[in-house]
Amino acid sequence: MEIQQFKYDNKIVKYFIIATVIFGLVGMLVGLLIAMQLYMPELNLGLQYTSFGRLRPLHTNAVIFAFVGNAMFAGVYYSMQRLLKTRMFNDSLSWIHFWGWQLIIVAAVITLPLGLTTSKEYAELEWPIDIAITLIWVVFGINMIGTILKRRERHMYVAIWFYIATFVTVAVLHVVNSFEIPVTMFKSYSWYAGVQDALVQWWYGHNAVAFFLTTPFLGLMYYFLPKAANRPVYSYKLSIIHFWSLIFIYIWAGPHHLLYTSLPNWAQSLGVVFSIMLIAPSWGGMLNGLMTLRGAWDRVREDPVLKFMVVAVTAYGMATLEGPLLSIKSVNAIAHFTDWIVAHVHVGALGWNGFLIFGMLYWLIPRMWGTKLYSKKLANTHFWLGTLGIVVYALPLYVAGVTQSLMWKDFNAEGFLEYPNFLETVTQIIPMYMMRSIGGLLYLIGAFIMTYNLIKTAKQGAFMANESAEAPALEKKQIVGGHWHSKWERKPVFFTVLVLIAILIGGIVEMVPTFLIKSNVPTIASVQPYTPLELHGRDIYIREGCVGCHSQMVRPFRSETERYGGEYSKAGEFVYDHPFLWGSKRTGPDLHRIGGKYSHAWHYQHMLDPTITSPGSIMPPYPWLFLQSIDMNKTAGKISALRRVGVPYEQGYENTANDDLQKQAREITDGLSVDGISTSPDAEIVAIIAYLQRLGTDIKVDPTANK
Amino acid sequence: MFKHYFEQVHNVAIWPIISLSIFFLFFVGLIIYVMKIKRDHVHYMQDLPLADDNGQELSIHDELKNL
Repeated sequence: MEIQQFKYDNKIVKYFIIATVIFGLVGMLVGLLIAMQLYMPELNLGLQYTSFGRLRPLHTNAVIFAFVGNAMFAGVYYSMQRLLKTRMFNDSLSWIHFWGWQLIIVAAVITLPLGLTTSKEYAELEWPIDIAITLIWVVFGINMIGTILKRRERHMYVAIWFYIATFVTVAVLHVVNSFEIPVTMFKSYSWYAGVQDALVQWWYGHNAVAFFLTTPFLGLMYYFLPKAANRPVYSYKLSIIHFWSLIFIYIWAGPHHLLYTSLPNWAQSLGVVFSIMLIAPSWGGMLNGLMTLRGAWDRVREDPVLKFMVVAVTAYGMATLEGPLLSIKSVNAIAHFTDWIVAHVHVGALGWNGFLIFGMLYWLIPRMWGTKLYSKKLANTHFWLGTLGIVVYALPLYVAGVTQSLMWKDFNAEGFLEYPNFLETVTQIIPMYMMRSIGGLLYLIGAFIMTYNLIKTAKQGAFMANESAEAPALEKKQIVGGHWHSKWERKPVFFTVLVLIAILIGGIVEMVPTFLIKSNVPTIASVQPYTPLELHGRDIYIREGCVGCHSQMVRPFRSETERYGGEYSKAGEFVYDHPFLWGSKRTGPDLHRIGGKYSHAWHYQHMLDPTITSPGSIMPPYPWLFLQSIDMNKTAGKISALRRVGVPYEQGYENTANDDLQKQAREITDGLSVDGISTSPDAEIVAIIAYLQRLGTDIKVDPTANK
Repeated sequence: MFKHYFEQVHNVAIWPIISLSIFFLFFVGLIIYVMKIKRDHVHYMQDLPLADDNGQELSIHDELKNL
């Protein structure tokens, strides 16, 4: 048997690690800033670019795609070469992947603060960047599959299966959810509307968690945990069951983000059932990780790498038990829209992703630089700051979430809401927001200490850009026999196709009926498309990220119909909403029935300084809406684009739309002048008032029009 | 866009039953397979990440069995 010499590419891993650390610090810093804005709104510096609504998507995108994404690529590029005993398929592709991904991140850092956003969570980036993501993702895929094809190890280890599943599923999710019709270079409308848009978005959003934050990291766990513990994974059989049942079940669970919304009930139930079932594979994976440490628990006391990994896997177990519990409708009724969910995702992000990354980096860097860790003591300090940080972050938010939710639902003896003013339920939990930011600060300090420690480690060693290795060539001869899974492990392309089938079944079963059955979205005769001015207002609402703090979904609870006035939200009310704006968090009240509730003047004052109308409000002022003008040149393009996705504007309406816009704007400024406020009819504030006053009024006009 | 809706689906209940059946069959098949894997193959696969440091072989399976 011929022994072949080759070199592992460590340089690409090094670059991805550097990007991981830099963007990790940036992402967490932005997170800390917006956490503090919740009790000190003036920390937005009075600038539109640094307001909460625009920075929140920057924080989530930076942490998910820049911090966790780069770490995933670093780990994949390191482990894959070694598991397959070959260099990556093509160095040029590796570098296109690296620089392409960093350019996408830079594009996000520029566009999101500018307010260029689709508003769909974790898919906020506008269409040109969506296309770039698709291309770079394909480059990553070609490089990965190419590496598998030129391997010197016949069988693909379980980590590789998880990488394949990550590649295939993220590609499908990203493409389907990014169907949008461009209006301008940086503005588009979702192809889908209302209920359908919501279903597609949360099928994507949930599985972004599953296949970007979970499956690649399970792959990393299956590689780096045995390496760090120096013993094989506890059960390979369990890993097979873990893999197939996890990827098969995960894809179904998306609708649990839409419980008690206008999504058809059968789809909600499907989401609940599969979410509960997810406990089994998730805990199978967690136990497989923890049990790998059998007989090595004494080393967990000594080794910072193992410490980080044990807490990471434990956090994974906690988050994947909590997730299914939150999917039970009665629990969801309390937790949804509150800070409980924020706590939940941060146990996952800080605990599972963050700590696994830290453990991996503390293990990788001494090896790649041929040295020992600079300071074990600093690593231990990082560990305790990080662990304490997670606890101090999460606990106050659990208290805040439950407290606020119970206050929302509290009725007094006379049958009225005990806290009719939403703001009371916010000011109640502000101390919790303060404590949460201290937790975040501790975690961030830990990350800075790690950065110092890793730089010092690298400085004392010598980096090996190309690490020599040798392995026998893979024989070409046909191997017959073995069980079917061991056959599949030898056939990567076939394996990839099977993964694709497994993840498509769930998506198809959920989505096809919602798209094809008319009765799933009952039409309401009185629901009309937005007027041109309202459309501009809606786009400003999207630009400012209002959806980050305000839902537009009155759930069918007495406590909500009472608070928000009348009807709960119906599916038919959203048929012209491209994209849907239901939101996922209520830091402020729901806005779906805000139309007609207050005067134009109230909204004017409130946007100028929320504390005028609502003393103690933590909403920031929006002074720029009073200075900037509506861009009427874009009206025609918006109308035409929306008609193409099915909104029934008459042919040629785009030519006269601005007349209607100006007429409606003058009506609003006339209304304002009655209250002694004079404003230009083309100021953005006029458009946002028009939109807010329209919200939810379609079925107030004539409740009997409900078909 | 989706102009050609089915007006109704009378047997929408078939969907969850199909879903459950697909999953059940899939899972049973998986379990049967896993039970039939040979021990040698399991050990070989388990050692893949550990054996990558230029061919060092590990045989701690027997030791681990006693834990």
